[in-house]
Amino acid sequence: MQLALEKRAERSGTIALVSPLIAVGLTTATMIILFTILGKNPLLALHAYFIAPLTDGYSLQEIAVKATPLVMIAIGLSLCYLANAWNIGAEGQFLIGAVAGSWIAVKTQGTDAGAWVLPAMLVLAAVAGALYALIPAICKVKFGASEILTSLMLVYVADLFLDYLVRGPWRDPQGFNFPTTAEFDPVATVPLLIEGGRLHLGSVIALLVVAAAAILLGRTIRGFGIRVVGAAPRAARFGGFKANQLIILTFAVSGALAGLAGIIEVAGPVGHLQPGISPGYGFTAIMVAFLGRLNPLGILVAGLFLALTFIGGEQAQIAMKIPLDVTKVFQGILLFYVLACDSLILYRFKLVFPSRQVARGDG
Amino acid sequence: MQAHQRTLDPMSNGQHSGDSPLLRTIGLTKRYGGFLANDSIDVDIWPREIHALLGENGAGKSTLVKAIYGLIQPSAGEIRWQGQRIVLSGPSEARSLGIGMVFQHFSLFDNLTVAENVALGLDGKESFKDMSARLEQVSKTYGLPLDPHREVWQLSVGERQRIEIVRALMQDPKFLILDEPTAVLTPQEADQLFIVLERLKAEGRAILYISHKLEEVKRLCDTATILRGGRKVETCNPRLETAASLARMMVGGEIKEVKAASRRKTTVPRLVVDDLSLAPAEAHGVRLEHISFELKGGEIFGIAGVAGNGQDELFAALSGERLSKDPGTVLIEGIAAGHLSITQRRKLGAAFVPEERLGHGTAPRMKLSENALLTGHAASGMVHHGFIHTAATLKAVDRATEAFDVRKAKRDPEAASLSGGNLQKFIVGREILRAPAVLVVSQPTWGVDAGAAAVIRQALLDLATAGAAVLVTSQDLDELAEIADRIAVMFHGRLSAPLATSGATREKLGLLMGGSSLEPKEAAHAVGA
Repeated sequence: MQLALEKRAERSGTIALVSPLIAVGLTTATMIILFTILGKNPLLALHAYFIAPLTDGYSLQEIAVKATPLVMIAIGLSLCYLANAWNIGAEGQFLIGAVAGSWIAVKTQGTDAGAWVLPAMLVLAAVAGALYALIPAICKVKFGASEILTSLMLVYVADLFLDYLVRGPWRDPQGFNFPTTAEFDPVATVPLLIEGGRLHLGSVIALLVVAAAAILLGRTIRGFGIRVVGAAPRAARFGGFKANQLIILTFAVSGALAGLAGIIEVAGPVGHLQPGISPGYGFTAIMVAFLGRLNPLGILVAGLFLALTFIGGEQAQIAMKIPLDVTKVFQGILLFYVLACDSLILYRFKLVFPSRQVARGDG
Repeated sequence: MQAHQRTLDPMSNGQHSGDSPLLRTIGLTKRYGGFLANDSIDVDIWPREIHALLGENGAGKSTLVKAIYGLIQPSAGEIRWQGQRIVLSGPSEARSLGIGMVFQHFSLFDNLTVAENVALGLDGKESFKDMSARLEQVSKTYGLPLDPHREVWQLSVGERQRIEIVRALMQDPKFLILDEPTAVLTPQEADQLFIVLERLKAEGRAILYISHKLEEVKRLCDTATILRGGRKVETCNPRLETAASLARMMVGGEIKEVKAASRRKTTVPRLVVDDLSLAPAEAHGVRLEHISFELKGGEIFGIAGVAGNGQDELFAALSGERLSKDPGTVLIEGIAAGHLSITQRRKLGAAFVPEERLGHGTAPRMKLSENALLTGHAASGMVHHGFIHTAATLKAVDRATEAFDVRKAKRDPEAASLSGGNLQKFIVGREILRAPAVLVVSQPTWGVDAGAAAVIRQALLDLATAGAAVLVTSQDLDELAEIADRIAVMFHGRLSAPLATSGATREKLGLLMGGSSLEPKEAAHAVGA
């Protein structure tokens, strides 16, 4: 007797919804084992991770703030991945967007520039992110270079460029030599939604992005083109959809959203440009995109869930001295299970009793 | 005891040389999930016998031979070889017993020589030199000429098949399985193959011959086992049957005759191809050379030819999947379209049905409504200002379902969940219901059951009667004879002058398919590679 995977005639819709839940369940089980090995009470640890952050308003706001860049980036990445274009460099596009937007903030610092500053920063960040993402896209389309490698390598270029700027030309003269720009002026800052709170306008923009992506993918011919190019390239060409054009488009949109997320983060929660503005949002967003099934609403939920693990991880560190790296382990295990459970959408488990063993008996 | 000595007295069952069957399956069953691909099949194969395995696509022929060749394990039942029960661990064990197989799809490396390919397929330990010598000897003995030092990509399909047959014969099999060997051959090449098979039979070997060409089976085979829906229907002597009675057993009922309207009126030229030449897109692809033809409304134009002679390239050039630099090479409804995209060509009134159903004609894992949109978005009111009109796409599915009797489990399933015949009916329906002026269709009934094939051929005839120009590429000469008004043959990227179907005998077409020209002048230059 053995366990075999059997192909399903048709994709199972129920499993597609249930599979992330199974993955979360398996991850929790694994984490319980891990916490036990670390000598921590697993129930208290899980409480600190998943329950405590949901119990006070400040943490809830913080979850939304964390989820904002994750969701925005993941939406863009999901478009790429649906079209079979593998943008791994959202982190770099995020940083370049932050740098480009900050340029306006730095240049208008202390002047009486008006309300145009923030919108201009957002637009410039999106454009810069898009242009930065177009580098790997064009290399792929024109020269066949692997976009996975080129987009990833450009992350380090962006990272070091930002580092250079804040240590050199843009360093705050009154900043005690810390590598950071001066605090942005109020006109260069993303407004808060609640006075004295943490929630800012960026979260609203993220929700609009989710809605727009849902309409694009579900209702428009352009979104259909993106999906069919990824799902069946030859059929897509037969349908008249141009794969190269869509690779360029999805990379540009994805870069723009990452860039926008970058400037919102800098001009919002952070308030100035400095190294380390991203705890790996661009990479975590890859996980968010897959955990959310490359579906806009799914991504919204997945983004909030991963933000919860960030916040919960901090609380667990404070309350139970659980290292912050455990959060990363947790996220890694989660992605592993999500991808593993995905095979259940196209396959099902089946017990088989091979006739060979029976035959061997008298053969 | 040679082939020629075989008097054509019809053998009745049971009158076999030897006293026990060489191979026998008893209650052989193969289950895939809930689906019974083979349901308790009993077949006896005797030495010195050419045994036909007949059946439609999906009848279970492939499953049965895969079990006999050790590629899959039966779920129940047994296989006996010379009276002994055997359980095969894999094809190499089958080969060591003396079972050989020639697959329909060749497994050859294009960039290796004939001898290298044969060496790769053998389990033996003999040196490459000895093997090459034996290869030459076997190919000479059986009249299967092969140059061991040529690279496979330079060879014709018939020559490639010879490699597979010689490779199988070099293991001196007692029992040889051939899966639809004539599907890729010209009629003349098929005749040569039959001589070889008769000779193998005379040597005392058994042959299992899978086919759905009934005339061929009547001519060649001593016994026929007919499968339908995974079960054995009958074992009979095909020479005592008529093609119609065999077909009835295969299909399980009468096949609808295809009727052409009495006289179709041809009108203006709707598709014109003028001196179309196109370099291949990939290595070892076929270069299209100076292709010209004119197709009037109301006419069905057939293109015959052995696969791989440029039919795929021609389809891509006509559909606009590949563009031509010169707009004037393709004219649709009188408009130069060589440079236009496939969407623009559809807007001009053209429709296309490619050979490959899954992955080319449809996106397998998308719903039928989305696959209706795939080709319908250009000009069917399915898209308004960039937004998809979902109700319209579903309606297109319903219309195709009704008009072409597409059988499916629910209203809008994924394309991959449909059977080959039903999916093909959907695809053909999807295009025909757009009422195209020009329809270009490639292998319309390839791998489709007889019932669906009749529906599709009738639909093509009706479309032409309604005034459309229909271009059909097919390897099935019977199909072209049935529906086409004129037939031309593709060979090495060139298209022969069209023949009226009435004058296009199998012999003439066969000669053209093999590269000889009816007008000797042009023939000398026909081989481009």
